[in-house]
Amino acid sequence: MPMLSFLIRRLLQTIPTVLAVVMLVFVLFSVVPGSIASTMSDDVDPQVELRLKQQLGLDDPLYVRFGNYIAKLATGDFGTSFRTREPVTSMIAKRAWPTLQLIFTAMAFSVVVGVPLGFIAALRPGGLVDTLAMVVAVSGLSIAKFWLGLMIMYVFALKLGWLPSFGYGDGGLKYLLLPAVTLGVSPMALFARTTRAAVLEIMSADFVRTARSKGMSEVRVVKWHVMRNALVIILTTVGLQFGGLMGQAVVVEKLFSWPGIGSLLVDSVLQRDIPAVQGSILVVVLAFLAINLLIDLLYGVIDPRIRYA
Amino acid sequence: MTGAPLIEVEDLRIDIGDGRSRVAAAEGVSFRIDRGETFGLVGESGCGKSITALALIGLLRPPLSIGSGVIRFDGHEIQHLSAAAQRDLRGNRIAMIFQEPMTALNPVSPVGRQIAEMFVLHKGKSWREANKLAVEALASVRVPAPERRVNDYPHQLSGGMRQRVMIAIALACGPDLLIADEPTTALDVTVQAEIIELMRNLCAERGTAILMISHDLGLVANVCRRVAVMYAGRIVEERGSTDIFRAPSHPYTKGLVDSLPRLGSRAALGRSRLKEIAGVVPAIANFPDGCRFNPRCASATDICRSVVPTADFLEAGGLVRCHHHA
Repeated sequence: MPMLSFLIRRLLQTIPTVLAVVMLVFVLFSVVPGSIASTMSDDVDPQVELRLKQQLGLDDPLYVRFGNYIAKLATGDFGTSFRTREPVTSMIAKRAWPTLQLIFTAMAFSVVVGVPLGFIAALRPGGLVDTLAMVVAVSGLSIAKFWLGLMIMYVFALKLGWLPSFGYGDGGLKYLLLPAVTLGVSPMALFARTTRAAVLEIMSADFVRTARSKGMSEVRVVKWHVMRNALVIILTTVGLQFGGLMGQAVVVEKLFSWPGIGSLLVDSVLQRDIPAVQGSILVVVLAFLAINLLIDLLYGVIDPRIRYA
Repeated sequence: MTGAPLIEVEDLRIDIGDGRSRVAAAEGVSFRIDRGETFGLVGESGCGKSITALALIGLLRPPLSIGSGVIRFDGHEIQHLSAAAQRDLRGNRIAMIFQEPMTALNPVSPVGRQIAEMFVLHKGKSWREANKLAVEALASVRVPAPERRVNDYPHQLSGGMRQRVMIAIALACGPDLLIADEPTTALDVTVQAEIIELMRNLCAERGTAILMISHDLGLVANVCRRVAVMYAGRIVEERGSTDIFRAPSHPYTKGLVDSLPRLGSRAALGRSRLKEIAGVVPAIANFPDGCRFNPRCASATDICRSVVPTADFLEAGGLVRCHHHA
């Protein structure tokens, strides 16, 4: 049962992380100027603002508010949105699926394109494919997402008219494709580079020489001995990128009017809708922790040297 | 030495570098190994012994390449064979064991599978059959509980066990020649003896010739019938292994033999310092003219500094390349 106790310990370890995040966001929003009341109109009657604050419990001291929030959170209650008066949980639930769709499609695109690209590049270092792949990789990493998104929109939606330019539509692949590719380009570039570096390093390892001394073709050497070793390194990068994608999704969702958690977060921040901001960030953090845990478990499947102790 | 030799190397030159700037890392290397014979190649690090071995098995990678010369295996020249034809020989008829058993095995693949690959590659077996043969192969190198051990990963085995696995892989297809490149350098002394003994016995049983490469003259002389000593990319002396200890001809070989520590020497000869060879091996890019050992040789004269010594065949058998050999 070492795996189970590892799992339990890791789950317990997430509690302080989550608490720290909640506290940080709480403190941050208590020092930023403005409140839900001040974002409604430019000249609010101070009395109205005061009443609103009392209603929402915003005039309580910070520690009381924090205590109340944590107490509710423990029961699974994320609070009520200041803006829509809707429970935050149901707001998030509505937007979780589009975000998951976006992130996983972007990840699938970046892995499916980036990893083979890196592999091919590494097998002929300095060759034409390698040079091209690395140009793509460097550009992919350096291009700003909002610019790339606009360009993709311009070419594929406006000029060619192949795909809708923005919106969720029916949530089908047609609507998903452009935002997912926009989001997936930089991890794709990173995977290509990491894979290339990993494969190159492994190709010079002693056990690859052993494999060659057995009389294997290069294709078999790669398939039987290089691939799995490279996978360990690639998996680490994929895990880290998942977290990054959730952050970057904010920009892409806003750009493509994608009704996900990212755009909920941006709108809520602008209107100082603290419960919604808290909830969105919390969900993103939880998802990040869950994915990292999953990656850690996967390591053990791929690399026998890793033990869960 | 009757009949056709198993492998014959003639005037082999191994280059390092690309087209414009090529330097010979080894040159004029010639030797032959008969079927079932044990032959040793000795020298300091960087003398060209390992790259000679890699050339035989066709594993030189850029920037190393065969410059000229002939490698004849079982009567056929193999230095210009196609990649596919070389792969048929490699592992199947010429096998190799490497120095580092820690890193020479794939860390994420069970050792049984790494042995089984040999049967799939060269004997056309299915994985199921190959896995069964892998258990037998592991048993033949005296690994206890082989049917369980095949599922182990390299990190679960000790250094000695890993080298046994390497031997099982190398001998899986019953090769004619086993190249052992410093097979025990990374192991404890006691394990070293076991591994050498195992390798020697298995090869003797199967009639497999051994080319053993080491910096340890004592070890090589112990295992091999004949020994060639390499210095700075050239073979300087080749003799029967008992002769080379008793009466080394080349000043470099003498230096090597004198610098071996001997048990009981203090009782016999009194307290004395262990001898050493002054100086260091020259770098490939600036090998000296003439005999390459001349800067470190006590008996070097003018001719040594200008003329490359040719091979002198000794009456007792063997050859030496020295202007002033004994």
